[in-house]
Amino acid sequence: MENAMDLSPLLTALWVLPIVGMAIVLMMPSRASEAIKTVAAFFTGIPLVIAVVLYFMFDRAAEGFQESMTVAFKWIEQFNIEYYIGVDGISMPLVLLTQLLMFVAVFASWNIDKGVKGYFAMLLLLTAGITGVFVSLDFFLFYVFWELMLLPMYFLIGIWGGPRREYAAIKFFLYTLAGSILMLIVLIAVYLSAGTFRIPELLAMGQAGQFAEGPSLFGLPFDKWMFVFLFIGFAVKVPLFPFHTWLPDAHVEAPTAISVVLAGILLKLGGYGLIRFNFQMLPDAAKWLCGVGEGSIPLIQWLAVISILYGAFVAMAQTDFKKMVAYSSVSHMGYVILGLAALNNLGFNGAAFQMFTHGLSSAALFLMVGVVYDRAHHRDINGFGGLALKMPVYTGLSAVALFAGLGLPGLANFVSEVMCLLGGYQAEHTRYFAIAAAAGVVFTAGYILWALQRVFYGKLNEKYQTMPDVNGREIFTLVPFIALVILLGIMPGWVLDWMKVSLDGVARLFS
Amino acid sequence: MDSFSLSQFGAFDLALMLVILLLPLLSFVILIFVGRKLPRQGDWLATMNLSICLGLALLLFAKMLVHEEAPELAFRSAAVAGVDAAGNGVIEDYNPIWVDVIGFVVKPGILFDNLTAIMLVVVTLISTLVHFFSIGYMHGDPRYSRYFAYLGLFTFSMIGLILSDNLLLLYVFWELVGVSSFLLIGFWFEKPSAASACVKAFITNRVGDFGFFIGIAILFTSFGVLGYHELFSALSADPTAGGTLSAGLLTAAGVLLFMGAVGKSAQMPLHIWLPDAMEGPTPVSALIHAATMVAAGVYLVGRLFVVFTPEALLVIALIGALTAIFAAFLGIVMHDIKKVLAYSTISQLGYMIAAIGVGAVTAGLFHLMTHAFFKALLFLGSGSVIYGMHHHQDMREMGGLRKKMPITFACMFIATLAISGVPLLSGFLSKDAILAGALFQWMVPGSGGPAWLYALPFVLLLMAAGVTSFYMFRLIFLTFFGETKSEHADHAHESPKVMTVPLIVLAVLAIGSGGLGLTSHLGIGTHWFNDHVAAPTLDVNEPNGAFLNTRSTELVLTEDEEHAEHSSHTIAMICSLLVAGTGIFLACCFYLWRKLSAAKVAAVLAPVHRTLENKYYFDNLFVGVLSKKVIVGGLNRFLWWFDATIIDGIVNLTARITRVLAAIQGLFDKIVVDGLVNLVGLVTIVWGFFAQRLQTGRIQTYLMMFLIGFVGLAAAFFLIG
Repeated sequence: MENAMDLSPLLTALWVLPIVGMAIVLMMPSRASEAIKTVAAFFTGIPLVIAVVLYFMFDRAAEGFQESMTVAFKWIEQFNIEYYIGVDGISMPLVLLTQLLMFVAVFASWNIDKGVKGYFAMLLLLTAGITGVFVSLDFFLFYVFWELMLLPMYFLIGIWGGPRREYAAIKFFLYTLAGSILMLIVLIAVYLSAGTFRIPELLAMGQAGQFAEGPSLFGLPFDKWMFVFLFIGFAVKVPLFPFHTWLPDAHVEAPTAISVVLAGILLKLGGYGLIRFNFQMLPDAAKWLCGVGEGSIPLIQWLAVISILYGAFVAMAQTDFKKMVAYSSVSHMGYVILGLAALNNLGFNGAAFQMFTHGLSSAALFLMVGVVYDRAHHRDINGFGGLALKMPVYTGLSAVALFAGLGLPGLANFVSEVMCLLGGYQAEHTRYFAIAAAAGVVFTAGYILWALQRVFYGKLNEKYQTMPDVNGREIFTLVPFIALVILLGIMPGWVLDWMKVSLDGVARLFS
Repeated sequence: MDSFSLSQFGAFDLALMLVILLLPLLSFVILIFVGRKLPRQGDWLATMNLSICLGLALLLFAKMLVHEEAPELAFRSAAVAGVDAAGNGVIEDYNPIWVDVIGFVVKPGILFDNLTAIMLVVVTLISTLVHFFSIGYMHGDPRYSRYFAYLGLFTFSMIGLILSDNLLLLYVFWELVGVSSFLLIGFWFEKPSAASACVKAFITNRVGDFGFFIGIAILFTSFGVLGYHELFSALSADPTAGGTLSAGLLTAAGVLLFMGAVGKSAQMPLHIWLPDAMEGPTPVSALIHAATMVAAGVYLVGRLFVVFTPEALLVIALIGALTAIFAAFLGIVMHDIKKVLAYSTISQLGYMIAAIGVGAVTAGLFHLMTHAFFKALLFLGSGSVIYGMHHHQDMREMGGLRKKMPITFACMFIATLAISGVPLLSGFLSKDAILAGALFQWMVPGSGGPAWLYALPFVLLLMAAGVTSFYMFRLIFLTFFGETKSEHADHAHESPKVMTVPLIVLAVLAIGSGGLGLTSHLGIGTHWFNDHVAAPTLDVNEPNGAFLNTRSTELVLTEDEEHAEHSSHTIAMICSLLVAGTGIFLACCFYLWRKLSAAKVAAVLAPVHRTLENKYYFDNLFVGVLSKKVIVGGLNRFLWWFDATIIDGIVNLTARITRVLAAIQGLFDKIVVDGLVNLVGLVTIVWGFFAQRLQTGRIQTYLMMFLIGFVGLAAAFFLIG
């Protein structure tokens, strides 16, 4: 487009507005809880509208970062640190997903009554942090936002969580911090080597093989140890076996809305980081750990398949509804990693789309658990039964969410899973892993339907004779996800078309 | 857009197909949201939509009847959309894209040929009749409108499955029929047995679908296409797909694709879900678990016939034949009227699968159609009986219903004659064709394995034919003959017209649908099936296509083979008449004339009887051992323990070690570092303590000290200096 409008202020507004909202919330009296919630809704709602506008202004044919949305100016000149933001096809859908989820999270938090002011301030800060990570094109800025989002998350779990909230919060914090430290080392090392924090330049350098030479560590060449450090840092977030045990605890203790955010977006930060840094910046090292070429190790696909199967089996063993959904995330994010390990077009597209669809379906699943927890004050799968009799609307919505999780055709998750699996099968180095992963689909159906049977089917539990069906607010939070899961199942192009050109660029690095 | 014409297919026909596809979906959407608010809860809407679909399907079928085309050509070129076929029927404008990323483009397209046409008629016809029947059967159910909604969802998915022109789209609808089946089996979900039956059905099917998916992945990776037409073209152009596809891999792909059919069409060993599926409302059993959905596997295997290597076909034939005989035996020992029919369905599906395995594709698909009519009739008839018996379905409580339910009896009797293979009825014609095909395969064995294996299908299928007529007449005698054995049977009554009329329609079809038939040697029928629904073939000129099955590469028979084919028909017919007659005769001896006692035979053959009553222990193995013990009780618990104890243990241990280290550091800090600091402090204090003694405040003392100091210093000065 000629004379394209400069859209970068809109992109900046996406993270600035929540900060403004936070400031306003902090200035409000803590008694005005309804007003605080309204402010929070407003300052996440406007970014959502902006994100939708940006989504449709996005030039789908352009590879790389959108020129119209990129902006850069100096921030800390001594170290070449810039305020440099922009989006490409990989980050744009995730930015939109973030805004949607945070907006819904506000409504899902409407029944919070303890420390309302602090809660919504933290939620808004979290929004800013996550958005910032996705739009940063400066590695340093990326790191700042990455740490920025860690803090409110810690407090949101640690203060507003369940009985074991402090253990969960600290576990989450330490796990992530361990990853962050590894990332910080890479951040410094890469700056000392390249002299810039600009991500596009770093990508170009890495792709040109410039990081092959540099200080080695533990006998590993520069690019390889950087890859390992970054991989661990992001794998914790994904989370990939064996770095996953913070997730179930964090989920179980976190309030519903925070679980939604956690599963819906926070995990995607890991996947995003992997694509952006590990695969896009260090393709040779990626090949090395994906088992391509001489002396390589098929580590990543092993971890992916273990996550898929292991997550499914452990999910099946759970009696806590929320923990089951949490472990299902471990399993489903494994498909993302498998798709990445395939190192081909189909795999990358599948992985990126799976992140989006899992964001929708896991959000819906956690909202679903929240509804029943609010009413029964427990989450024991065996403690319900026959809810379909009393709560038909809830059952219908939940069924779609559960079937999305199980990868039913017609729903978005099917498309992304199939792409990850087919992509995995296409690549010789992941072929047998894809077959094993496909078997995981059977066990996924196992734990999901078994849970559905125990919670919704069977004789009605006498205790819940009078359980009310979902109310308007709950429907309002669930419907966007249910609708999108169906819509994208029929028209996956509404996301895939945005991503595919950028991802083709990634895939070309490996062909 | 061109208008409707009988001789050509065009955009108008495509529109008709889309209407047929989408009307049931419309019923679903409307009924699920506002069904309860509609008058009569919207049953009329669903039924009306389906009736329109039926009318349109018949219209399209009539067009195919007058369509003058050679059978192979019909398969390839009558594709209306999405397929670039040679000649007519391609509509370029209609080209929606479902998934489009580089290297993976899926376009939903419709493949319409004679097989599609007849399948459309079968599905819409039975679905319509089931809708009518359900108006009576489901009357007063608290979720009446949701029932019709689900029927709409199912019919939509089933029609989509038939119309799909590519493997992935087929897979999509394949799973969607699975989920509608799940919803309908679990329709009375408050019954725990129904709730677990629907889960079992879905998961068992998923096991098969796992193989199906890998099969698709193999073909897609080798040829890069998903459409049937493109796939077959690619296969005939270069069967090795540029060297990536070996005979072994193609066999594997075939067997894996067949796994999907094993699940959906309830073949051994994945048949265990179908008897449990009888927990669903009986009209649902008729529609989904007898006539249409379970036949999808047969449809799949028939559609993809050319993909199967001789080895794969042999596997298919053997699995089908074994299923046919083993399931038939189980039909003998069941007491629940629906369970008998369920095992009968499994057995008959085995027939169809085996037919395709032995290369008698047309016969298998023909049996699919005739079976759909007479088995739907049997199920709806049993539904009528169950309705009359106030929802009791144990045959030991029935008896003597012949006079109380004359229409139901007459219709079911006709269906029984048809399934038993009594001459001139539809089932006779189709079953006979299958047996002839199996016998021909015995006479002219294929290259997929040792010749004696090719003898098995005929022998097993023939035995199954005898057992079939036995258990079917047992059912008839126990239900309708003899004396009433319970109060419910005493008070049984004929069902209302809305239920009996569908029975009569199906009875007419059970007799007459053979007329579309295929056997020419009897001199009756139109041979339409034989001429127009032929096995798909490939034109392979490449020498490296040797591993493809010859049935699909060349249809020319040698003189000997032609002779064998002729004689196979005659021999098969005589054999099948003999065994069917024997089966009926024995059933009469046991259950009509009571000359022989079933209980005594069971006592003599106690181990056999026990094995049958336990259904060969398949359920014990899969559900009891594999699912409950190995996976849920074993693997899951172990991994959960591993997660909570080992992995989290390591995490917590790390935390603890850190804390211990911190504590040690703390102690070090306290004792050594702080100790030094405190020592300094202590020394100062001690010093201060003594020094403070000097601070007496008395000037004399200070002067005294001063003097001593001065003298001392002076002395030191002089002494050192």
